[in-house]
Amino acid sequence: MSTSSPDDSTTRTVPSATAAEVPGLLTDPPPPQPARRTSTDVALVATFAAFVAACALVPAIPTGSGVPITLQTFGVVVAGLVLGARRGFLAVTLYLVVGLAGVPVFAEMTGGLGVLGKPSVGYLLAFPLAAAVAGWLGGLALRVPRAAWRYPLLVAAGLGSSFLVTHPAGILGLVARLGVSPAEALAIDVVYWPGDVVKNLLAAGVTLAVLRAFPDLRRGRR
Amino acid sequence: MTQGRPLRPPWAGPLGLHHPGAGPVHRLPAMLKLLLLAATGVVVVLPLGPWVAAAGLGVVVLLTALARVPWHRATRGLLPVVLTAGALGTYQAWVRGPATGAEVALDLLTLVLAGALVTATTRADDLLAVVARAARPLRHVGLPPETVALTVGLFLRTVPVLVQVVGESRDAARARGLDRDPRAVVVPAAVRMVGHARTTGDALAARGLTD
Amino acid sequence: MIELDAAEVTAWSPDPAGGPDRVVRLLGPVSLRLAERHVAVVGANGSGKSTLARLLNGLVLPSAGHVRVDGLDTASDGPAVRRRVGFVFTDPDAQIVMPTPVEDVALSLRRTVPDAREREARALDVLARYGLAERAHVSVHALSGGQRQLLALAAVLATEPAVLVCDEPTTLLDLRWRTHVDALLATLDQQVVVVTHDLEAAARAERVLVVDEGLVVADDAPGPALAHYRELMGAPRPDHAARGAGPAAS
Repeated sequence: MSTSSPDDSTTRTVPSATAAEVPGLLTDPPPPQPARRTSTDVALVATFAAFVAACALVPAIPTGSGVPITLQTFGVVVAGLVLGARRGFLAVTLYLVVGLAGVPVFAEMTGGLGVLGKPSVGYLLAFPLAAAVAGWLGGLALRVPRAAWRYPLLVAAGLGSSFLVTHPAGILGLVARLGVSPAEALAIDVVYWPGDVVKNLLAAGVTLAVLRAFPDLRRGRR
Repeated sequence: MTQGRPLRPPWAGPLGLHHPGAGPVHRLPAMLKLLLLAATGVVVVLPLGPWVAAAGLGVVVLLTALARVPWHRATRGLLPVVLTAGALGTYQAWVRGPATGAEVALDLLTLVLAGALVTATTRADDLLAVVARAARPLRHVGLPPETVALTVGLFLRTVPVLVQVVGESRDAARARGLDRDPRAVVVPAAVRMVGHARTTGDALAARGLTD
Repeated sequence: MIELDAAEVTAWSPDPAGGPDRVVRLLGPVSLRLAERHVAVVGANGSGKSTLARLLNGLVLPSAGHVRVDGLDTASDGPAVRRRVGFVFTDPDAQIVMPTPVEDVALSLRRTVPDAREREARALDVLARYGLAERAHVSVHALSGGQRQLLALAAVLATEPAVLVCDEPTTLLDLRWRTHVDALLATLDQQVVVVTHDLEAAARAERVLVVDEGLVVADDAPGPALAHYRELMGAPRPDHAARGAGPAAS
């Protein structure tokens, strides 16, 4: 694919735009028409669902508890931070539902309802809500006027969604599926924390880069 | 981002883990199988003792044999689960006694196998049709079923595209000697991905698919 | 018949200094009437030619002025215009929505053919017409780049639009596929508007528009228009004062 042709997208800020700002030659330009939204939203939701799948399909690091370390959570946080709560939630829900329907988009190329029986079920089912919370907190972070604060606040938003949603739900899942006590489940869960911090640092950086490349994404954020 | 081996062969496509067949398990309606599976998920949580758990696993194994699903299919991705069940059963037997250990390990295997059985005996199309039917009420919150179906199709279509984008970004980073820096792979891949989504959105609009 | 009436396109652009976003002009004002069967649009990268193409089916709405296709305004009759005007993009991967060719063509026919089985049969007919019958059920990902572009074209032509707008349809193709797609476009009954960098293909059109810095700076038969374009691209650009001084900004 080549979305790289310099002018294949009018929504991109093309360099020629600056050429049109010659003072005196033209009257004030009329305000832009709002872009069509539904189709772009559909495409963004589907693409980010696919992004979470691509993250999950990258070979995972196995752990003793049967919950492998994958980039899935990275994809979930990026979907929330870039798309905002509503579209992020929809994208990750789409991923989850299609995976549960049997398409092998979960970690280690699995899919189907069998994952509901696995110890990772809590983490998996928490993903849509985690994306929504990341998107909501990320929206607050992006509204901060000081640009220098945005990166640390986005990291905090990602971590917030991880520790408010993903990890508690994951622990619940471990308790339900492994029959262990919450304290034992927490001990299993701690293994994922260092990776989680790294993934959230990266997710915030990716989000800022994407929003810089496509500034109008922020306009459509809801 | 993992180093080294690129993700090839690319993702197999939407066929998933289905194994074609014409047996009684295959012919059950998808909706019924889903309900039975949900019921299984509830039942295994109840503490009914190791013998009931063993009987449950026996039923699922029997059904899998009845459906003539080849074992390598039914057990795909199951090895980590077996290892987990073994480790977990041992741990629980040590902490809470052998009965609990056996029950927990058997329940885990039962649920995973049952899920794999439903997936193997039901076409992904049929499951997605159930999803589409279940999504019908969503039109009241502004999600028409046609849009849902379109988004699912687009999702399946986009996974291989993204796997390719990630591969190309990794090659580009490697060509610049940056393949040790995850940002050098992930950031360009994410930007290209969003660009692709934007163009796709334009294309959907141009084809009148969201009118 | 396509009419542009003082159409202008603007967009929001972020201030590099971090201030509030500003409005910048991407195209226009442009006034045109296109009635020829084959129209080519040429211009440098970023000149606004893609924006011009996107105006024609309402993908981009004019910020000022009007665009009409057979009397239908793209702003107020969007769905009707899009049924009338098919659009083919440079990158077929962005345009093909479904996992297999037959599903993708069937999706185009969703509105016109309600019955699913008949729709699939019609889709197979369409694929056969464009030489893709044998590839109807394979994963789109397994098609070659040329086959994908052919599929994108087939999916658009399946709905039998009156006008076909193509934005650099052959830029990603090798010479063999470029020739094939160009030949296909030449035989269509539809009015065809092609944005292209391929000056040989542009020379075969009946009329050529040259777009530069958001304005149509030449609008003529292929000979003189392309001569103007070559001059424009070869000569070092003087300064912005030359803008709009071309032969046909109206």
